Amino acid sequence: MNAPADDALGGLWWACRRDLKLAMRSRTELAVIVVFFLLVTSLFPLAVSPDPELLRSIAPGIAWVAALLASLLGLSRLFAADHADGTLEQMVLAPAPLPALVAGKVLAHWLATGVPLVLLAPLAGLQFGLAADAIAVLAASLALGTPILSWLGAIAAALTLGARGGASLLALLVLPLAVPVLIFGAGAVESFASGLGADAHLSLLGAGLILAWVFGPAAAALAVRIAHE
Amino acid sequence: MTTTAIRTGSGWYRYASPATFYPLAGKMIPWFAAAAVVLAAAGLYIGFFVAPTDWQQGESYRIIFIHVPTAWMAMFTYVVMAFWCAVSLAFNARLSAMMAQALAPTGAMFAFVSLWTGAFWGRPTWGTYWVWDARLTSTLVLLFLYLGFIALRASIDDPRRADRAAALLALVGVVNVPIIYFSVRWWNTLHQGSSISMTAAPKMAQTMLVGMLLMSLAAWAYTIAVTLHRVRSIMLEREALAGWVGEAAAAEGTAAAAAGGAPR
Repeated sequence: MNAPADDALGGLWWACRRDLKLAMRSRTELAVIVVFFLLVTSLFPLAVSPDPELLRSIAPGIAWVAALLASLLGLSRLFAADHADGTLEQMVLAPAPLPALVAGKVLAHWLATGVPLVLLAPLAGLQFGLAADAIAVLAASLALGTPILSWLGAIAAALTLGARGGASLLALLVLPLAVPVLIFGAGAVESFASGLGADAHLSLLGAGLILAWVFGPAAAALAVRIAHE
Repeated sequence: MTTTAIRTGSGWYRYASPATFYPLAGKMIPWFAAAAVVLAAAGLYIGFFVAPTDWQQGESYRIIFIHVPTAWMAMFTYVVMAFWCAVSLAFNARLSAMMAQALAPTGAMFAFVSLWTGAFWGRPTWGTYWVWDARLTSTLVLLFLYLGFIALRASIDDPRRADRAAALLALVGVVNVPIIYFSVRWWNTLHQGSSISMTAAPKMAQTMLVGMLLMSLAAWAYTIAVTLHRVRSIMLEREALAGWVGEAAAAEGTAAAAAGGAPR
């Protein structure tokens, strides 16, 4: 693979393509995340009750909690492999700005792990008897919310590089910060189902997405630099 | 690791060096500790014996003299901690990171105590130990943020790296705290309306207010005293190889010996 370009956009594009190619070469890992998502959503009817009315009312929350947990699975691999073989250090030293390279990696991570969840959400929605338009709102809320989760996760994953107790520590750092995303994401479907409309929730998720893309690259790049001191 | 302590600085920057801050903190601790004890004794006396019984809640309301100051302190400590984290990231200051490290356990303790006392107050008043009220939920999330900060620090071996990683986490957290608070509040009001609300508190009797303010000041003094004590221990531990630690230990040892011969 060629060296990254010197400018920000070229660096982002290069890092994104590289990580997508790597992801495509380990498809099992991606499949595991997808299966995990479906497995968790399938556990709830078994644990709670098969009553369709109850399941319909808790479906948005279940889909979102499952998506949140599934997004944690791939996080530890976002930087760890590159950190272990020294690639990440080369990225820190590369002429392309580090925030752009990190943004490319996060974008690739979302395309590989977030988008499948967005596409699978309708399936989970059908399992729980959601109406077609409520399923569309669920998919829209996931499409807006999962990139925010990727950014929060990227910052935490970079901070825990080389720390003991990786995966469980990562969960402890990410989950409290993800509370607003969970509330607005699941709330969008619920307020749509109750006739209030999902606009307000989706707008707030969109605002969060913009905030994540504005502050995420700098924060995650700083976290990567801290790991390489 | 600096072996020659900066003793020639001027103004406040002088105390950014552990070597000069260590003795200063040692002198301040007894004053704040004494203030905490006196204020807490006065506050508890007013709270439990002078303040009138609430006509609605009876005697159980008296837990607010502990509950409210701890809840305030838990939130305020996080902001102070984030401030020191920002200073440590911006100026690469060791002492600021140590202050943040020293504040975290106290903040977590206050968050826990405020949740615990809140549960004991909620049982007689609301009829349940826990409701998913906005304030309760956001305090719970705050406790998790503290625990994440402490856990991240503890799992990175290199202290300087741990300082910087935990500092960045605290800054991400402090940006999120208002978002979490408002998202939780909105979530709650959308769900069940304000059937249980603590915002519409009835007007408070003068003595109640005095008791609560005294207890708040006691919580402040306690936090300062405990944090300074903890930061002194952290300094000794992390700078054990620096020259000033030996001098400080020798000075304290001779002082103790002169005062009556405590074993070293």
